[in-house]
Amino acid sequence: MSIQVNNITHIYSEGLPHQSIALDDVSFCAEDGQFIGIIGHTGSGKSTLVQHLNGLLKPKSGSILVSGTDITAPEVVMRDIRRKIGLVFQYPEYQLFEETVEKDVAFGPANLGLDEVEIQARVKEAIELVGLDYEEIRKRSPFDLSGGQKRRVAIAGVIAMKPEVLILDEPTAGLDPRAHRDVLTMIETVHAHENNIIFLVSHNMNDIARLSDKILVMDGGRLALQGSPHEVFSREETLISLGLSLPEPAKLINMARQKGIPAEGTVLTVEDAEEALYQFLKKD
Amino acid sequence: MIRDITLGQYFPGKSWVHRLDPRIKIIATLVYIAALFVAHDFLGILIAVGALAMVIAISRVPLSFMLRGLKPIFLIILFTFVLNLFMIPGKVMARIWILTITEEGLYMAFFMAARLILLIIGSSLLTLTTKPMSLTDGIESLLSPFRKLGVPAHELAMMMTIALRFIPTLLEETDKIMKAQQARGADFESGNIIRRAKSLIPILVPLFISAFRIAQELAMAMEARCYRGGKYRTRMNAMKLEARDFAALILMILFLAGMIAERILL
Repeated sequence: MSIQVNNITHIYSEGLPHQSIALDDVSFCAEDGQFIGIIGHTGSGKSTLVQHLNGLLKPKSGSILVSGTDITAPEVVMRDIRRKIGLVFQYPEYQLFEETVEKDVAFGPANLGLDEVEIQARVKEAIELVGLDYEEIRKRSPFDLSGGQKRRVAIAGVIAMKPEVLILDEPTAGLDPRAHRDVLTMIETVHAHENNIIFLVSHNMNDIARLSDKILVMDGGRLALQGSPHEVFSREETLISLGLSLPEPAKLINMARQKGIPAEGTVLTVEDAEEALYQFLKKD
Repeated sequence: MIRDITLGQYFPGKSWVHRLDPRIKIIATLVYIAALFVAHDFLGILIAVGALAMVIAISRVPLSFMLRGLKPIFLIILFTFVLNLFMIPGKVMARIWILTITEEGLYMAFFMAARLILLIIGSSLLTLTTKPMSLTDGIESLLSPFRKLGVPAHELAMMMTIALRFIPTLLEETDKIMKAQQARGADFESGNIIRRAKSLIPILVPLFISAFRIAQELAMAMEARCYRGGKYRTRMNAMKLEARDFAALILMILFLAGMIAERILL
């Protein structure tokens, strides 16, 4: 499985007085098993970009190759694409509609035309993967759950389709710290379990720095930067000028450097920071 | 698809028509509609077309925008046309199978279709050149004399404002939910009518829940800002008639008089 995006451009309300260029000549690629972080300030085109990846939006120009097939071609069957590429929208709990959690999670797999036994197995697996108690929750109404639980049920609904590419658009927005951590742990578990490609759109630099293999930085519909977390977060000025920032541990070490404490290398995570400070203290 | 409806979609501009007082524009639209029913021949329709064309030219709203509003009611126009064409008795022009076309029928068919099209374009001109908010302000102001008769003018206008304000929000919400369900493999296009109706459930349930949530949040936000109905409420932008409004009023009276004269004299 690989995704190759070549020079895609998208314009909203084309030809109307309020037309706006949402994507401008964006190109990148994603390989099997990669975890890709997408960052950018609000309105930079992140959500528009991810909606192109599973064919919900079509680019005005450019192509998107999924394992070699161009999904922008008119003859492509969208169902096959969406079977492979799962998209979890922002605030996915607003898409819940069934009477029970079990039925809601089964909606996606049932649309794939799987048989009853397979659907049941997948529903159970997905609900357990997102860290909920299957037996306890299966017969409950999704509307009676807490915010964090609803979010996890909604994500389970997409995971149950076993997509080879899982796209999550700000999955932790509006959650409390604990639910935030739980959702991220869940994403890591799914990634390890399914070895799929994950795209994570987030405003949280700490999460992005810790989890991503590769980061895409969007600005005004363009891809402003792309590369490994080390490459991207070594460009502090550029990030700040784009309305973004460094992960907190990196900020801490930068402050330490300004106070004259030498610390080696690029620091991205709490562990990196701990190691850098430990090395410094040991030398003392 | 649902985005094609022009009604309530404001076309931003600064033209003379845009800047007219909303009350004048509402009255003008009502007068125009009345005038369309005064007209009883093609000369009358021609005058009405001329007047409308003039106002459209001044408003600088592209004609394609006006025509877009016709799309959803195209079937109704067609239906009216066909019904008139075959159903009006008179001098027979042609026979097709059991249907007959009469001269009077042909005349009426074109006349009624023209009247309907003008009706729609005339009223969409109002919504295209007037912000929904000033439109409801205008309606409130026009209805306020009837308050003594128990017409809740402010409440009606507020309901309309809210309804108009939330049309785009709900459309956006629908779009979002549709996409989310499509991403879960939902299929809204294929199958017979029962299957398709069933496939709407995954959209309608979340949409209703969202609508109730939005309504509740809005009510709370309004109360938090001390809203308690129309009583004692003052306006930030008080409406005031200006020279151009009186000019428009005079033109409107001239137009209506012309239409009536045409009907009586010719």
